[in-house]
Amino acid sequence: MKQAIIFWLFRVMSFAVVAILFSIIGFIVFRGIGAISWEFLTSEPTDGMTKGGIFPAIVGTFYLVIGSMLVAFPIGVMSGIYMNEYAGNNFFVKIIRIMTNNLGGIPSIVFGLFGMSLFVNKLNFGDSIIAGSLTLGLLALPLIIRVTEEALKSIPDSYRHGSLALGATKLQTIGRVVLPAAFPNIMTGLILSIGRVSGETAPILFTAAAYFLPKLPSSIYDQVMALPYHLYVIATSGTDLEATRPMAYGTALVLITIVLIMNLIANFLRRKFSK
Amino acid sequence: MFNKKKNKFLEFLFESAFRLSGSVTTIIILLISIFLFTEGWGLFQSSTVEKGYILCINKENKIKNLTPHQVKDIFDGNITSWKELGGDDIPIETLRMDDVAGLYTEQELGPNFEYLPEKLSEAVSSRVGALGFFPEQFINYKFKGKVLPSITISLKDYFGGKEWFPTATPSAQFGLLPLLLGTLWVSLGAILLALPFGMAVAIYLAELASPRVRKILKPLIELLAGIPSVVYGFFGLIIIVPLIRDLFQLPVGETALAGSIVLAIMALPTIITVAEDALRTTPIAMKESSLALGATHWQTVFRVVIPYASSGILAAIILGIGRAIGETMAVLMVTGNAAVIPHTLAEPVRTIPATIAAELGEASAGSVQYQALFMLGAILFVLTLGISIFAEIIRKEPHLD
Repeated sequence: MKQAIIFWLFRVMSFAVVAILFSIIGFIVFRGIGAISWEFLTSEPTDGMTKGGIFPAIVGTFYLVIGSMLVAFPIGVMSGIYMNEYAGNNFFVKIIRIMTNNLGGIPSIVFGLFGMSLFVNKLNFGDSIIAGSLTLGLLALPLIIRVTEEALKSIPDSYRHGSLALGATKLQTIGRVVLPAAFPNIMTGLILSIGRVSGETAPILFTAAAYFLPKLPSSIYDQVMALPYHLYVIATSGTDLEATRPMAYGTALVLITIVLIMNLIANFLRRKFSK
Repeated sequence: MFNKKKNKFLEFLFESAFRLSGSVTTIIILLISIFLFTEGWGLFQSSTVEKGYILCINKENKIKNLTPHQVKDIFDGNITSWKELGGDDIPIETLRMDDVAGLYTEQELGPNFEYLPEKLSEAVSSRVGALGFFPEQFINYKFKGKVLPSITISLKDYFGGKEWFPTATPSAQFGLLPLLLGTLWVSLGAILLALPFGMAVAIYLAELASPRVRKILKPLIELLAGIPSVVYGFFGLIIIVPLIRDLFQLPVGETALAGSIVLAIMALPTIITVAEDALRTTPIAMKESSLALGATHWQTVFRVVIPYASSGILAAIILGIGRAIGETMAVLMVTGNAAVIPHTLAEPVRTIPATIAAELGEASAGSVQYQALFMLGAILFVLTLGISIFAEIIRKEPHLD
């Protein structure tokens, strides 16, 4: 009897939690869908950001994502290869592993501070795509390393032994046998980190993001608008908050959609190749 | 032969590149700590007095130095005699530029204020209890008062200070307590809210749900962890803030409670995922022996599965707290950002990350405020690093005795 009540309670609580979490998404979708139009996605904000669209912010986020992946992907994958294929189990490797885990736990605003002091001020990039991309790249690094390591771990040792026994060198084994087999899972990690990076606000506050910029960036040393920062700005500091609300809902919906699409692609890849 | 040599060289080259990439995370963590601390440490060496101004006293005065907080108390009228600061029993007379200008006629100051430096000097030297707050440009070698050395904040004042007024004049105040307590207050509230629900869902998923339901729910919940924090903040601003305002009839809904609720929603996916993974590590054999001994399913869950997974569950809680402490945007949007020490959950508070995000844009590089914000970043860094390491240690602990 007691058990029935408690389990019933757990069930109700679980469904309540799931319902709450999804009502958030539902709410944004419901309110935002009306704002989405071709014009909204392809034009610049006008009239004190109460009208027009979010095109510069979409472009800005696109550049930042590309830039950060150019930084994080090669380093992250190479680091993952080192950890799984080369590193033994010594003290040095243990330290690296702990540091990688810890880097993932550092708040994004701390990355923002670091990026500001190193890239913006010390290296004199200014508020720019390159400074923002480098900062976001560092943030995405732990995720890519972890996924790469796990992807490599799931490749059976018989693959490696077979290749080595045929006379291939270690590098050839990794490049021609292990990496191709692990590739789909590594791509999954890349796509998930794209979803994560495109929604980060705090790291780009002081390294890349512009409040309002009517023209598109022409070089990597230009400031850009970005979707998450744009949402923050129009949600909190517009001159006419009520009039900007539809724009804010629309921006939030675009952000959520990006995350959803990235997750769907990742799930699809994972399912397709996990046989 | 040549090919073999080339191959060997290539192997070596790649291995070095891999090794270098492997150590990148370690290097980044070191760089972050070096940069944050070197930028932040300047706070304890720089003057907190408004840039371009000095504080000066009469030459007779025995006071050698003042703290930022004493300066504020004097100008606020809370300290009225030099005796309270260890000097003679003389009432303090504060002099700002305007006060001095009011003491003299326009003729005495000169048509273009060319006699102003002289008069400032005179005003201070003729009053034993004077404390002048003047622009540096008017102080020359003829000045007959005693210019105080730069007013710096001590470690003790920073960590024990109860006031955070980074742009106050004559002296800025940097007291960590309201921000630190605000951060802990909001984070603990979030965990207390999220924990019962998170555990219920984790137990449901691990023990009660059919494999099919679990297979659908788990990825969906993981998906929610990926939603940007600024979206959660926006939702909180639109729905939760007005709700709290109306429900508790508060003047503003932007409160610590709003922050806690939004953070709880954000922390739920993390807590659920980690706790569920921990619960599922319990070996089937243990559960089956418990059931075979006549224990009900509930007793098995409560007495066998949960204790077995307790270290993993604790790690989930600690990771949740770590995430809540560092969360910036959502908290910035819903907590009202008043830098006061909180007493109830229904008051506006300001957290450490929100302070950095809100103020860094206005602080010019190298200024005291800039340094103070980097010091906050350093504290946040140490706090979250400690929490991650702690969670790691707990999770690695061997199960059972």
